Amino acid sequence: MLAQNGERGISEVLDTLERWRGEGQRVALATVVGVERSAPRGPGAVMAVNERGDVAGSVSGGCVESAVYIEAQDAIASGRGRLVTYGISEDQALEHGLTCGGTIHVLVERLDW
Amino acid sequence: MTLFERLAVALRADEPVALASRLDGPNAGAKLLVDRHGSAGDLGSPGLNYAVAAEARALLEVGRTETRTFGTDGQPIGDDARIFIQSFAPQPDMYIFGAIDFSRAMARMGKYLGYRVTVADARPIFATKARVPDADQIVVAWPDEFLQSARVDARTVVIVLTHDVKFDIPLLQVALRTDAGFIGAMGSRGTHANRIRALREAGITEAQLGRISAPIGLDIGAQTPEETAVSIAAEIIAVRTGRKGGRLRDGSLPVHPQPDEAAGAVR
Repeated sequence: MLAQNGERGISEVLDTLERWRGEGQRVALATVVGVERSAPRGPGAVMAVNERGDVAGSVSGGCVESAVYIEAQDAIASGRGRLVTYGISEDQALEHGLTCGGTIHVLVERLDW
Repeated sequence: MTLFERLAVALRADEPVALASRLDGPNAGAKLLVDRHGSAGDLGSPGLNYAVAAEARALLEVGRTETRTFGTDGQPIGDDARIFIQSFAPQPDMYIFGAIDFSRAMARMGKYLGYRVTVADARPIFATKARVPDADQIVVAWPDEFLQSARVDARTVVIVLTHDVKFDIPLLQVALRTDAGFIGAMGSRGTHANRIRALREAGITEAQLGRISAPIGLDIGAQTPEETAVSIAAEIIAVRTGRKGGRLRDGSLPVHPQPDEAAGAVR
């Protein structure tokens, strides 16, 4: 399962997702849905978080994972999906800027589908 | 069965499946799944579901993941609905010809990169699981005959490690008739000059000859089978992305390919 850009997407964390769901854990999924300029991981890259706080996968080279983690916890609690943008050109750059200077758009949603 | 379960089934079976997610509006996060059985889910309107399913099938053909915009009811012109369509195409194939020491390392590298790896060799004593433990499939067959009946598309990688004219020439002739994304052949510059001569005599055009990566690999001074596999793997990626393959510190392009950079590439 290779996307054109080499990302394996959700298949990368499939075992973990199935195990968590089997345990009855609620899960949030963060998926890179867009990239501008240079970013460490392409569209399709995913990071999953469960309500216990366990994490699998990644959406960047480690730059924004902690921010995505908080969004994911929020999505688990609220059930509301959000599109979040991270990047050096944004105000939040000072806090979560990508080391490579790109911008990524991440869909964070509760996995209830 | 939920959409996630249906997705998981297709992924485990290595069957083509696409997942569309709505990115905007009150239906943000809404899903449509497209697999070989049809489609399921709802993005907001029947027209939109229909249009996105068609687009997802097209993207799946080429294994691309993209964001597309549609009108509210799926009109091709309009930006009311932004839809992220993720393709999960079956694993691309890597065909390695010749079960030599280099094949063992190459097969492992191919698996690492996500290919479905087949090793083919006409000699039964060499074409064994013990020699290439990481290959998904080992075939005892004449290379050209095997490739003639194999599944090949633009994502397919063909690696000729036999460096024996009796196998190479008929095999490369068959390979050049396919639309394989990468065709590489191992051997010295002298070996390749001989191959080129034989292929020209067989009527292969200069344009076709230009598709062959030989000597195979990037120039990193590789010696061992493992190092050689790294060099070949790097060339395969560079050919796919249209990059030259030097040191990043000597270049000026962004480190990662841009969204539109690979759009013109074959795959």
